[in-house]
Amino acid sequence: MLAMLEVRDLHAHYGRAHILQGVTLEAREGEVLALLGRNGAGKSTTMKSVMGLVRPSSGQVRFSGEEVAGREPFEIARRGIGYVPEERRIFAELSVMENLEVGRMPARGGTPPWTPERVFALFPSLGAMRARAGGRMSGGEQQMLTIGRTLMGNPRLILLDEPSEGLAPVIIERMAAAILALKRDGMTVLLSEQNLHFARLVSDRACVLEKGAIRWEGRMKALMADEAVRAQYLTV
Amino acid sequence: MLENLLVQGLSGLASASSLFLVASGLTVIFGVTRIVNFAHGSLYMLGAYLAWTLVTSLPRGHLGFWGGVAMAALIVGCVGVLIEVLLLRRIYKAPELFQLLATFGVVLIVQDLALLSWGPQDLLGPRAPGLRGATEILGIRFPLYELFLICVGPVVLALLWLLFNRTRWGTLVRAATADREMVGALGVNQRMLFTTVFFLGSVLAGLGGALQIPRESVNLQMDLAVISEAFVVVVVGGLGSLPGAFLAALLIGELQAFGILIFPRITLVLAFLVMAVVLVIRPHGLLGRAPSTAHGATAIEPPYPPPSPWVRRIGAAALALAVIVPPFLGDYALIVFTEIAIMVLFAASLHFIMGPGGMASFGHAAYFGFGAYGAALLLRHFGAPMEMGLLAAPFAAGLGGFVFGFFCVRLSGVYAAMLTLAFAQIAWSTAFQWVELTGGDNGILGVWPSPWAQSKLAYYYLALTLCAAATLLLRRAIFAPFGYALRAGRDSPLRAEAIGIDGFRIRWFAFVLAAVAAGIAGGLFAYAKGSVFPTYMSISRSVDALLMVLLGGVRTVSGPILGALAYTWLHEQLMRAFDLWRLFLGTIILALVLFFPQGLAGALQRGERRS
Repeated sequence: MLAMLEVRDLHAHYGRAHILQGVTLEAREGEVLALLGRNGAGKSTTMKSVMGLVRPSSGQVRFSGEEVAGREPFEIARRGIGYVPEERRIFAELSVMENLEVGRMPARGGTPPWTPERVFALFPSLGAMRARAGGRMSGGEQQMLTIGRTLMGNPRLILLDEPSEGLAPVIIERMAAAILALKRDGMTVLLSEQNLHFARLVSDRACVLEKGAIRWEGRMKALMADEAVRAQYLTV
Repeated sequence: MLENLLVQGLSGLASASSLFLVASGLTVIFGVTRIVNFAHGSLYMLGAYLAWTLVTSLPRGHLGFWGGVAMAALIVGCVGVLIEVLLLRRIYKAPELFQLLATFGVVLIVQDLALLSWGPQDLLGPRAPGLRGATEILGIRFPLYELFLICVGPVVLALLWLLFNRTRWGTLVRAATADREMVGALGVNQRMLFTTVFFLGSVLAGLGGALQIPRESVNLQMDLAVISEAFVVVVVGGLGSLPGAFLAALLIGELQAFGILIFPRITLVLAFLVMAVVLVIRPHGLLGRAPSTAHGATAIEPPYPPPSPWVRRIGAAALALAVIVPPFLGDYALIVFTEIAIMVLFAASLHFIMGPGGMASFGHAAYFGFGAYGAALLLRHFGAPMEMGLLAAPFAAGLGGFVFGFFCVRLSGVYAAMLTLAFAQIAWSTAFQWVELTGGDNGILGVWPSPWAQSKLAYYYLALTLCAAATLLLRRAIFAPFGYALRAGRDSPLRAEAIGIDGFRIRWFAFVLAAVAAGIAGGLFAYAKGSVFPTYMSISRSVDALLMVLLGGVRTVSGPILGALAYTWLHEQLMRAFDLWRLFLGTIILALVLFFPQGLAGALQRGERRS
């Protein structure tokens, strides 16, 4: 399979703190790759560095064979990477429809473009509250809206940063179903998670981060079978 | 009587419309870029001048007038784009104060360019064709053009509302107002968005200016006059809120219209008084909301390093020079030296609340002025000698700081800066309008030192002693436990409170201390000049102090001293050598902001660390 996203020896700093210390990973076209690790391991920073929100100090980020490290976030988004932040960052004053509008980008050749109707087909509860202000929605609804907003940009790869955080189990299951539906449509997903059960439901492969570098990589099933790795890097 | 009230009410509405045009541009720009654009008044002035030129040179008639007004607004829009692209784009991530200063640099440059292009005399504009006459309302004649202006405000508000709520561009702008970074991550080119917003805001300012020409003469004072009113409107309405700006424009417009009937003496104070009251009751304005701080939180400043031996030696050498050299200098040099000593203390006092205190003051001249007036009033009304005057100066300023500070230290960021500005304007307009007490614009003359300090040299040593002592005391306070507590409150208010620091009291006390020090400087300045004028409290003197601090560097303790030396010397040289000193000063400010954001002392410190 083709590599859609190749990250090689990525380093990033916050001030003097060396957060990413040489992250190398590869997401293949059409797969869901889980990025696992404890709090502070560098999952979010990896995603932000790919998106250009954190400027990497060195290393490469190649998307469909093209180097994108050092580019502005909007340029990276326009090339087809969608970003769903952990804090959701819904525009609280804007309605559901307006939030979706902000994310809209022209269709890419080949795939049918995302429309509000298609987003509502994926998340039916959003369709019932089109005029509601983003700030007046529940956490789960906001999470759906963030994903929908990013999909409106017709991305080929989406970076999902801890989508299950703070959500009720019922909503988490629906979220997993949505991710699997996206995967069936050919979407590539890089999913950062602390919730192993959720990650297991949707992911093909997994990378385990610890102290800013990838310590383990392999099939999700293999990780679930390997108690020792999980105990070393994941259990709190 | 009733007719009279009606006319006042209507002309208040007309002023409110004009005010809203300017304020709406300011608030739209602030909402997205978070920059408080001082140069907005300059864009307004440019609009008026350009419209005057275009209307008087185009053929007479409807097309000539309205075409000229529209063209002027569009040209001003392009000037705004130039300012955004060349200057502001580079400093979006800089501290707020730097941005304010940069736009003030633009104000100075535009002032001199306008002086060069249109000359110093007031220009009388042509009247609007078709709207020359008057109409009768309840038996009173009312100018048609005023009625037209009354309609302009609500129409512009409605158009802006449609633009922001019914177009994709407007949706993106509202989203960017809330979270610019996220908008970028969704594929929107923020730079283009910001530039177009700046264009819109500048067009509104230009239009506001251009529409004024049939009402009042065009002059070089329009910029600062309108910007302080627009600030009041925007802050009262809530920064970033269009309906708020409209409401506040109505409030201020009517208040001034009726205020002139009831309190003709304090019209200038009235607007700022309203602003102060609103900010105290609703800290974010009538319809404003607390700014979200979740994204793009400010960086924590590194602690002040203890002075290196190198800095100590330079400081001691400079002080030694300041003591030894003057006996060999002429009177003019002594006057300059005295002024520098006073300005060092003034700058150090402002730095005290800005640096360690973390509160930007845009009205520090108020306390300088309180000191000066405290001494001068005692002399004028009680014949007090200099010694008493110098003693009274810090008390007067401290009292002012005690009262104003109580309100100012409750707010933070831009709002605090605006409130300090409002209080300074209140102080300034009181000195300006209360002629019986202060002599108004003519000031108080004959404020001379006691006989023993009459000679320039003796007075210089007096000033040097007092200023050096007060500056060193302020410095001592920064490194005392009190200073630590103050800095803790600046860097993390919540954590500081949690360990038992009463942040409010500490900041309030720091504010009073800074005011006292500024008062000493003001008192000394009064006797040095022999006179006191309202300009001692003007915006431009507050900006002088800010420039000194920023020139030296906010993040260092020695910065303000260096800044005061450099600025006072430079200012003196520029004023002497060039007619167009504003142009030079403005250019220097821009260069400073763009290339030395750490100030002189910061640049030296870095050089030292590298070597």
